Amino acid sequence: MSAHTDTDTHTRTDPHADPHADPHTKAHAAARPLARARRTGRVRRAALPYLLLLPALLLELLIHLAPMAMGIVMSFRQLTQFFIRDWTGAAWTGLANYELAVDVNKPVGEALLGSFLTTCLFTLLSVGLCWLLGTAAAVFTQESFRGRGALRALFLVPYALPVYAAVITWAFMFQRDNGLVNHVLHDQLGLGGADHTFWLLGDNSFWALLTVSVWKGWPFAFLIVTAALQNIPKELYEAAALDGAGSWQRIRRITLPSVGAVNQVLLLVLFLWTFNDFNTPFVLFGKAAPEAADLISLHIYQSSFVTWNFGAGAAMSVLLLLFLLLVTAGYLVLTGRGRRNADA
Amino acid sequence: MRRARAATTTAIAVSLLAATAAGCGGGTTNGGGGSNTAPKELTYWASNQGPDIAADEATLGPELKKFEQQTGIKVKLEVVPWADLLNRILAATASGQGPDVLNIGNTWSASLQATGALLPWDAEKFGAIGGKDRFVASAIGSAGATGQDPAAVPLYSMSYALYYNKKMFREAGIEKPPATWDEMVTTGQRLSRDGCWALGAEGSNLANNIHQVFVLARQHGADFFDAAGKPTFDSPGAVEAVKQYVDLMAKDKIIAPGNAEYAQNQSLQDFAAGKTAMVLWQSAATSFKSHGMKEGDWGVAPVPVPAGGAPGTGTNTNSMVAGINMAVFKNTDNIDGALTFVKFMTGDEEQKILNKAYGSIPPVKAAQSDAAFATEDLTVLRETLSTSAAPLPQVPQESQFETTVGTAVKELFADAAAGRPVTTESVKAKLTKAQQQMAS
Repeated sequence: MSAHTDTDTHTRTDPHADPHADPHTKAHAAARPLARARRTGRVRRAALPYLLLLPALLLELLIHLAPMAMGIVMSFRQLTQFFIRDWTGAAWTGLANYELAVDVNKPVGEALLGSFLTTCLFTLLSVGLCWLLGTAAAVFTQESFRGRGALRALFLVPYALPVYAAVITWAFMFQRDNGLVNHVLHDQLGLGGADHTFWLLGDNSFWALLTVSVWKGWPFAFLIVTAALQNIPKELYEAAALDGAGSWQRIRRITLPSVGAVNQVLLLVLFLWTFNDFNTPFVLFGKAAPEAADLISLHIYQSSFVTWNFGAGAAMSVLLLLFLLLVTAGYLVLTGRGRRNADA
Repeated sequence: MRRARAATTTAIAVSLLAATAAGCGGGTTNGGGGSNTAPKELTYWASNQGPDIAADEATLGPELKKFEQQTGIKVKLEVVPWADLLNRILAATASGQGPDVLNIGNTWSASLQATGALLPWDAEKFGAIGGKDRFVASAIGSAGATGQDPAAVPLYSMSYALYYNKKMFREAGIEKPPATWDEMVTTGQRLSRDGCWALGAEGSNLANNIHQVFVLARQHGADFFDAAGKPTFDSPGAVEAVKQYVDLMAKDKIIAPGNAEYAQNQSLQDFAAGKTAMVLWQSAATSFKSHGMKEGDWGVAPVPVPAGGAPGTGTNTNSMVAGINMAVFKNTDNIDGALTFVKFMTGDEEQKILNKAYGSIPPVKAAQSDAAFATEDLTVLRETLSTSAAPLPQVPQESQFETTVGTAVKELFADAAAGRPVTTESVKAKLTKAQQQMAS
């Protein structure tokens, strides 16, 4: 399960990994009075970024990679409740946990596959909608108008709220008998007959989950795209206007291409967050989510912490990790071609 | 330039991915092996017994102060909500960082015993708290697997009863509460009208689902585990039992469809608000009062049994042995203090105070004679406990059983609520799946 905080990720998106960034050059300009020193200076300058990265790397190792290695080791053991106090005592089972996880003819594998497919569809829809809403809102607030600041602040509210409080509020709103959602839909708008809809049980739970996920996720997209739009020179728009470009053309020919590189990272981050989302379904549905909304993180959590089969849970985690690594690698290769530089 | 950006993106990706495989932990640090390195303090996780956490803190606070005055040991209290308790205990077990003393649901005793994290109560340890025979036998029977030293000590005992709203019964012209399931259905159909419903349920509350279907399975002569401790979830009797329970909503229509998503005791609020006429619950009096009902507004009767029977043993079982046990973590750094604290909490005087506050029955025999436990409510609960209650399976896989079968029942309720058919086949399919999910 994820233990990192948002701040982690933000610090890592800092552009300081770029060895050509200005401050370094300035710092070393004074260190090059002589041609003789030029070479050592160059070596030192080449090493500097890595030195700067070292603390982060060490922490990364400590916080993420060590537990990851433990998880991989666990996945080859028959780790059940009898061994959770001292899991080194659990028997080695080779690939048995993996076989259990991928055998789609047995209930465990079948449920995992179902959960995986549900998560894929959910992620596709959620990321797509988050990006669309975020970009639309960013473009809409690009032009200055009265109350723009207030509107922008308002857009960011879902992103600033603590996840638990926000999602539990949604859970109340989705309640069948006393929830606001049904009250508005059925009682006030008269949609869908007099019988109230179940949002937290059965197939509708997928849509309830998607709603909350998009509500929670789009402000982040809005924030990132807004930041990227600040970098587009006004002259471009002015020139385009002079050439007689309409607003839609300006968005298509200038705005979207200019934020292309930022979008690459944005989509990747949204994809990973959404695919791994545990908090939203857990707070919305508790330990046992309906099949239609059984996201893979929660599913793996159930295998580990609910049925106490930690070995199988670890194997599923490793499989998920491999899948996400593959997707990410493929994505990076695809998008890494022929793109202009942008400070991600 | 491009390489640098790719590196950044890759770094983000890897760090995000790494989070996928990370684990969890938490709690307070303790030394290992039951030492006495911190003799002046204890941490205590109490289960949430009252209407809310603040109420529990108000109840327990003065008692813990009393203990501190007597012994000089300061007890740090944390009241843990039910939904989190098992997970918190699990995390504490895995990390070796947890409280010194804790409450556990008595049905988890054997499961937690299997982890080896809890102090076994051998004759010597029981001696330190006044002996094993101070406790009611059925309560000791739900403190761990048979043939092993108990993993915990009984603290509060409870059993299920049928609570009914006297006013609603009067208005419907019903003389007495149903004693059999057939009567439950016929009576229930008379009560389910004008937007009111006969019976409340907690369809999404896994533990409650288990308690109900366990009793019904007993009444069908079935058990969810065989003598060897192997799961038998989809035996014909078990299938019948689960179907009978879900059919109260699906076929008999005496439970409101909305109850399918209840998991936070909303059924008790409905009962207190006069929306439902009956609930099957354990020691509900305190909750009813906190929702504004007055003593005498409700009546208490034994849970129904099959036709032609009276509550008793075997197929006339009508409750599980419910209750809370108190356990000590093996790796406590104040073992003597922990034993002293358990002795205090299970002492005659304290047992009366605490069980009165929570509306439960003292598992300590000497405390039961107090007049406070002779009310109509508690008499029914006490008699049920001593004559017609059976402990849930005391097997290591009990907690997994609660989750898998509890979830199956939840899904069947969801089907029933949505008007999808609940058939013997669909029930059996769900139970078979639950059985196959159990880690072998």
